[in-house]
Amino acid sequence: MAPLCEMRDISISFGGVRAVDGVSIHVNPGEVVGLLGHNGAGKSTLIKILSGAYKADSGEIYVEGEKASIATPRDARRYNIETIYQTLALADNLDAASNLFLGRELTNWMGFVDDDKMEAETRRIMARLNPNFRKLKEPVSALSGGQRQSVAIARAVYFNAKILIMDEPTAALGVHETQMVAELIQELKKQGLGIFLISHDTREMLELCDRVSVMKNGQLIGTERVEDVTEDDILSMIIMGKKPDKAA
Amino acid sequence: MTDVSAPQVKKRTGFQALEVDTRLLGMIGAFLVICFCFNILTEGRFLTPRNIFNLTIQTVSVAIMATGMVFVIVTRHIDLAVGALLATCSAFMAMLQTRYLPDMFGLGLGHPLTPWVTIAAGLLVGSVIGAFQGWLVGFLAIPAFIVTLGGLLVWRNVAWYQTSGQTIGPLDPTFMKFGGINGTLGETWSWIFGILAVAWALWALWSARKAKIAHDFPVKPAWAEATIAGIIAVGILGFIGILNAYQIPERRLERMFEARGETMPEGFTAAYGLPVSVLLLIAVAVAMTLVAQRTRLGRYIFATGGNPDAAELSGINTRMLTVKIFALMGFLCALSAVVASARLTNHSNDIGTLDELRVIAAAVIGGTALAGGIGTIYGAILGALIMQSLQSGMAMVGVDAPLQNIVVGTVLVAAVLIDTIYRKKTGGR
Repeated sequence: MAPLCEMRDISISFGGVRAVDGVSIHVNPGEVVGLLGHNGAGKSTLIKILSGAYKADSGEIYVEGEKASIATPRDARRYNIETIYQTLALADNLDAASNLFLGRELTNWMGFVDDDKMEAETRRIMARLNPNFRKLKEPVSALSGGQRQSVAIARAVYFNAKILIMDEPTAALGVHETQMVAELIQELKKQGLGIFLISHDTREMLELCDRVSVMKNGQLIGTERVEDVTEDDILSMIIMGKKPDKAA
Repeated sequence: MTDVSAPQVKKRTGFQALEVDTRLLGMIGAFLVICFCFNILTEGRFLTPRNIFNLTIQTVSVAIMATGMVFVIVTRHIDLAVGALLATCSAFMAMLQTRYLPDMFGLGLGHPLTPWVTIAAGLLVGSVIGAFQGWLVGFLAIPAFIVTLGGLLVWRNVAWYQTSGQTIGPLDPTFMKFGGINGTLGETWSWIFGILAVAWALWALWSARKAKIAHDFPVKPAWAEATIAGIIAVGILGFIGILNAYQIPERRLERMFEARGETMPEGFTAAYGLPVSVLLLIAVAVAMTLVAQRTRLGRYIFATGGNPDAAELSGINTRMLTVKIFALMGFLCALSAVVASARLTNHSNDIGTLDELRVIAAAVIGGTALAGGIGTIYGAILGALIMQSLQSGMAMVGVDAPLQNIVVGTVLVAAVLIDTIYRKKTGGR
């Protein structure tokens, strides 16, 4: 069976610097694939090509075996690829519902945005994701880090994503909220989503992911199943850029 | 009465239950203080039907442009060319109706199509120029400050070039009806408009409440809703009543009857009523508020102002959005050009001079944040009204011209200072 989503031989340069150099990764339904590497290794750049924020210089993207052309974030959404950005990408001056539906507003029969309906939907999904969420009328600038994260996650989950990209989803969160995100990832996995996860926390990645891919200087060092490697193996891949010696 | 429909959340009591915007209240308060102060200083001449009538028609041109400036500033841009663009549109329309259409296109003087073709062409020219500036900003990434600073010089002098600096007039009589005193609804139609406006406002309040109840959202207590409805009704009808109290002078009425070949009956009186230009401003205000609050375009404007990157990542075409915003601004400049030149009954070379500063000041006094993402249409209109009241009030009191400008400048800075403090206190909103 073809993978749910495959990025094949992707390269992109910025002003002569090869930020991503011939990288191939894929994800299957119900699988979490982690991307590890130093700052500037090219993880976020690679993932932004999939989410439509950047356009690759070369390489192909396949979704469910079909070749996909993704030039803008709107294209990515059409393939049910949703992204939770490290910066959350929220408009701070708007409320939770407006952010959740940004770019995909619900409208009534006259073509006007239907704020009441969007607020009702937001209440519904928030009750599931973060039952303590109350500040529906406030601009999201008035929310805590965890609440803002809930809005960003709700936005990705609400629209029936098949492929979910999470860029440092727990970087700004406390212990309890990090636990909530971990549970959510397990639940989404069960629903058959394919998830790309980016994080700096190697231990967390080994717990959450099925496979991890390590990048260094824009190149893919290797992809390993988590049960085949130790934390030290991964660290040496990140730092030295070498695959662990399997035979030994 | 008791709160029957909001069992959740803590109950708001007394004044809080009205849920009115304190910023709006503050601006209305400031406006009223200005009015009453000038009324005392002018020994009651400021708050007469005649002066209120004049005040409203003087405000219209700047207020129309200020509504567009809200969108421009909300998306973190600026438009310094609005006064110059107004002049270009005004010059073009003046030439079109007095020279090109009658002579070149052979319509002759006073053809019934002349004003309408003129206005349509003027609005088109304004929109196209606006869109062009927006394209320079959005697609070529030249800062709006520079594009419109250049535009300020270019369009001011395109206007001059078109007319060779001459005053063009008199304009078409129908065209001049959009200027204010030359075109009013009269007493009966003004009341009809007022009653329809009240009916619409009540319907809007009622249907908003119904929609909230349908979704199980908390609603205001019924007495609070009724109080707001009452204030709106009294406000609208009071405004119409004041305008209807301004009688057309006897001499002018006599001339109007003479023009129709009749003699005026003894003791005949008539009032001006609602000016067409004010009607136009009301229509613009309603339309722009709808765009801001109830359309995707409006949502994208505010989202882009709040976080341009987030808007882009959400699939919003922010470049095209910039073009649309500047095109809309250009359209409104052309509309203001109709009102401004019609009010003066001719096109003069200095029309709209310094309007860019008045328009930006009106938007900013009205609570539009230059950092982007925040602003309201009604605020900008109130801002324009406050500026105009200050200016006319000082002129009536007999304050020297330089002092007038010094006061207006100081008020602008003070208003932004108060706004900044208010935002800090209320938590960044």
